[in-house]
Amino acid sequence: MTPKNLVVIGAGMASGRVLEHLTDAAPGTWDITLFNAEPRGNYNRIMLSPVLSGDKTYADIVTHDDEWYAARGITCRFGEHVVSIDRAAKTVTGENGTVPYDKLLVATGSAPFIIPVEGRDLPGVITYRDLDDTEAMIAAAAKGGKAVVIGGGLLGLEAAAGLAERGMDVTVLHLMGHLMERQLDEAAGYLLRRDLEARGITIMTGASTAAILGTDRVEGVLLEDNTGLEADLVVMAVGIRPETRLASDAGLEVARGVAVNAQMQSLSDPDILAVGECVEFDGHLFGLVAPLYDQAKIVADSLMDRENAFVVRDVATKLKVTGCDLFSAGDFKDGPGREDIVYRDPARGIYKRLVIEGDRLVGAVMYGDTADGNWFFGLIKDETDIEEMRETLIFGPAYQGRAPADPLSAVAALPPEAEICGCNGICKGTIVAAIEGGAGDLAAVRAATKASASCGTCTGLVEQVLQVTLGDAFKLPAVQAICGCTDHTHEDVRRLIKSMPLKSQEAVWQELGWKTRNGCHVCRPAINFYLLADWPLDYLDDPQSRFINERKHANIQKDGTFSVVPRMWGGITTPDELRAIADAADRYKVPTVKVTGGQRIDLLGVKGEDLPAIWADLNKAGLVSGHAYSKGLRTVKTCVGTDHCRFGTQDSTGLGIKLEQILWGSWTPHKVKLAVSGCPRNCAEATCKDVGIICVDSGFQVGVGGAAGMDLKETRRLADVRTEQEAIDLTVAFIQLYRENARYLDRPYKWVAKVGLDWIKARVVDDPGERRRLIDAFELSQSIYRKDPWAEHAATRAQSYAPLADLTLEAAE
Amino acid sequence: MSWIDIGALDDVPLRGARLVKTRAGCVAVFRTGAAEVFAASNTCPHKGGPLSEGIVHGTRVTCPLHNWVFDLETGAAVGEDARIDVFPVRIEAGRILIDGAAVGQRSAA
Ligand code: SRM
Ligand SMILES: Cc1cc2nc3c(=O)[nH]c(=O)nc-3n(C[C@H](O)[C@H](O)[C@H](O)COP(=O)(O)OP(=O)(O)OC[C@H]3O[C@@H](n4cnc5c(N)ncnc54)[C@H](O)[C@@H]3O)c2cc1C
Ligand code: SF4
Ligand code: FES
Repeated sequence: MTPKNLVVIGAGMASGRVLEHLTDAAPGTWDITLFNAEPRGNYNRIMLSPVLSGDKTYADIVTHDDEWYAARGITCRFGEHVVSIDRAAKTVTGENGTVPYDKLLVATGSAPFIIPVEGRDLPGVITYRDLDDTEAMIAAAAKGGKAVVIGGGLLGLEAAAGLAERGMDVTVLHLMGHLMERQLDEAAGYLLRRDLEARGITIMTGASTAAILGTDRVEGVLLEDNTGLEADLVVMAVGIRPETRLASDAGLEVARGVAVNAQMQSLSDPDILAVGECVEFDGHLFGLVAPLYDQAKIVADSLMDRENAFVVRDVATKLKVTGCDLFSAGDFKDGPGREDIVYRDPARGIYKRLVIEGDRLVGAVMYGDTADGNWFFGLIKDETDIEEMRETLIFGPAYQGRAPADPLSAVAALPPEAEICGCNGICKGTIVAAIEGGAGDLAAVRAATKASASCGTCTGLVEQVLQVTLGDAFKLPAVQAICGCTDHTHEDVRRLIKSMPLKSQEAVWQELGWKTRNGCHVCRPAINFYLLADWPLDYLDDPQSRFINERKHANIQKDGTFSVVPRMWGGITTPDELRAIADAADRYKVPTVKVTGGQRIDLLGVKGEDLPAIWADLNKAGLVSGHAYSKGLRTVKTCVGTDHCRFGTQDSTGLGIKLEQILWGSWTPHKVKLAVSGCPRNCAEATCKDVGIICVDSGFQVGVGGAAGMDLKETRRLADVRTEQEAIDLTVAFIQLYRENARYLDRPYKWVAKVGLDWIKARVVDDPGERRRLIDAFELSQSIYRKDPWAEHAATRAQSYAPLADLTLEAAE
Repeated sequence: MSWIDIGALDDVPLRGARLVKTRAGCVAVFRTGAAEVFAASNTCPHKGGPLSEGIVHGTRVTCPLHNWVFDLETGAAVGEDARIDVFPVRIEAGRILIDGAAVGQRSAA
């Protein structure tokens, strides 16, 4: 039998495997010609990253050398592009001539996707696909300087790590919210980011590239938000697309890839087969080698007339960056009846999440400890019934009876000189000594050392020291965790956010061992507040962690409509403002207009979709949000004071307006209401407010901790002061201390009862340095938050208030 | 199934939701992960609360009016004997597609 002609286009990882199978199983049956556009034969493309980072050389990753091809009689036409296929004549034409085929294998792989921005063709902008790209990066890195990698997926991150390893200053731009979002969930994405940042790589998420800058060669990258970055090298790694030009020119059916059947034959021509990343099978594309190797086996069998059929299987991903240990497999979304099992070991930076459907494992994401990855992957692929091991599954195959991480171990590990009680400067050693000296419970430790005797936020820690020291002899009082997502109390979380420090929700979830993927409606708003209160400049408020009223800046009503309450500073309004409110009420058909208990006007029953428009109208008249919906400053009620009243002693209205203008927009643990009355007759009801000021001849009486809601509380005197400025300073300092220390949803009166008025006075009244610090901290936060959210939403987010789609319209057409 | 394109994935905030009006009533489309979406009835069986306005956590949503929690995979209320309808959705090339048949729509093309 004379051998038939097999022509192969592309000497990549997939076709290399085909040739191995074919020449092993049926040597001599084919006369093979192998074209490759790259001026070399098959090499292990996935090992380009170790070549980039310097761990390997090209010689290490060559899979088939000249000798191998020669021994199998393969005619190599390397460095030669195939330009066309003539299906009628059954020939393939390369740059150096035409060859006939009986069977043709298209194995052209993928081409990197280039984002269509200005400057993409400048020298110094490269993609990451082959050895030439890798060598170009190595050469660029030798000159040092700055590299920008566009794309935070597998390839981009491997490029970034390699360039950083070679001493470049690397920034990764990623469009999505977290790295490798196709393979990882947010928690694992957070850990990956943390590890990459630890090696000096800057990561920018949500970063959209607008243009690449430079005249003769690349000089920088411009983002959509106008941030400019310097760059000596830009690596574009935003994705790949199947290289199908030859196939479509030849009239083969091409969807996204060359369409093939389960025998890897083109749907249009059984004499043409395709393999690798250029292929589309049953709607699937392929970007990892495991399925390509399966395909290679099928191609070889088809060419040998053996029956076999390709099936799509799950794939697992790993990242080849030393020190970033991640694993992801299967599918973690969709379908009814799915259940998550989450395990975190904050101390060791470990996160594991398993997704179970019925009695099967369907997906796994792991970071930090991926040793069990392949075992989980096996369970997914084999669809093993995991019912029996469900409880212990997350601990992996080795688990038998091992207990989960001890929650006290962190405290046990603290050195004796670690400070436990910040207020009184008491360290662990002192407390342990007191306990060993006989102090057997919290009260006794307090009496002996003063630890936890002041603000009380370290109470949990002191109890843990008691437990660590006394063991079973100490019965830990049942502490109230924030919610089922964590064992920590509000106080513990607040303390740890400050001390660790933790600056993102992902960091809190991971480092404090949250038991759920991303919290719940109870803990998320609290954590969001703690983060923005403690890190106003670093942390970006997360609307999705807010109750609807705060997310949409309006109070939701029982029928799903909203109420709109514009601010009336100190209760003062003007005819123009009233006209604008009346016009808005008419225009948006507001069913109810009501004067509130807070000295302003409420427009009730506004449709959610109308909110941005009504706000824009009110804004035009100078009206801004009254924050009637927020855990923040509500109103400052005033009386008419010296302006009109015969008893008025000071300008109560003026002080009220000043306070409201300083405090508005700030977020607080619960709502905060103020009032200023012009004399002790107290027409503004200042004695039942969070901060209430009574004007007297000699100055101002500042009271705090009043309320008239579910509990009725009279204010207690913080201090009497002479000047208006002092009254303002005390108010601001008090509110900032409340913001820094109170637990979420404690009104000031509850917090004051917990920490004691004396503790507050010591800081706000008696310590001018601390008072100044509090005022400055408040101002810093207000530099971000003292603004009208209505104007901002009306201008930039109006779209999000409308339905995503209205299919009823379409149906009516 | 007849898949209908209802919008871009990125138009739904992560851990948020958007409303889609259909002939079968208002449907809430939830984005629980970077590439994880669910669709369910927008109306809480308790007192009609708009679920698209709730806080989205894990694969659940909490009703904004009185905090009932629904599992978006099954539609079942957690700890209550109630459920909401759920509808097939999928993501393709950054777009969200909903099963038109399930929401009483003719196919779009
Ligand atoms: C509109 C208004 C009633 C009115 O028609 O006058 C009102 C309406 C609501 N109040 Fe109030 N409160 C209003 C003045 C008050 C007052 C009087 C005051 O501020 O002088 C109080 C008692 C004073 C106090 O807070 O100490 C008051 C104590 C409460 C409480 C109990 C708070 C507490 O700590 O015990 C709640 C519940 C909560 O916040 O958790 C509440 C909650 C609510 C909510 C937001 C309920 C909710 O979450 O949906 C109501 C929204 C209704 C709506 O659909 O818009 N409202 N509420 C008043 C708006 C004032 C403003 O201009 O912003
Ligand atoms: C840096 C890097 C790291 C990777 N890491 C991993 C990993 O860790 N795990 C994993 O599973 N996968 C990884 N991959 C993906 C993996 O390398 C690919 O899935 C695999 O190489 C695809 O094989 P292929 O044969 O389809 O295409 P290729 O290997 O790309 O081969 C196609 C060949 O065809 C040639 N060609 C194209 N058109 C023509 C033409 N007209 N004429 C002649 N020749 C032509 C090309 O020059 C190329 O040499 C990585 C990829 C890269 C670039
Ligand atoms: S007292 Fe306040 S919370 Fe209660 S019904 Fe009236 S407005 Fe609503
Ligand atoms: S309406 Fe949803 S919980 Fe009451």
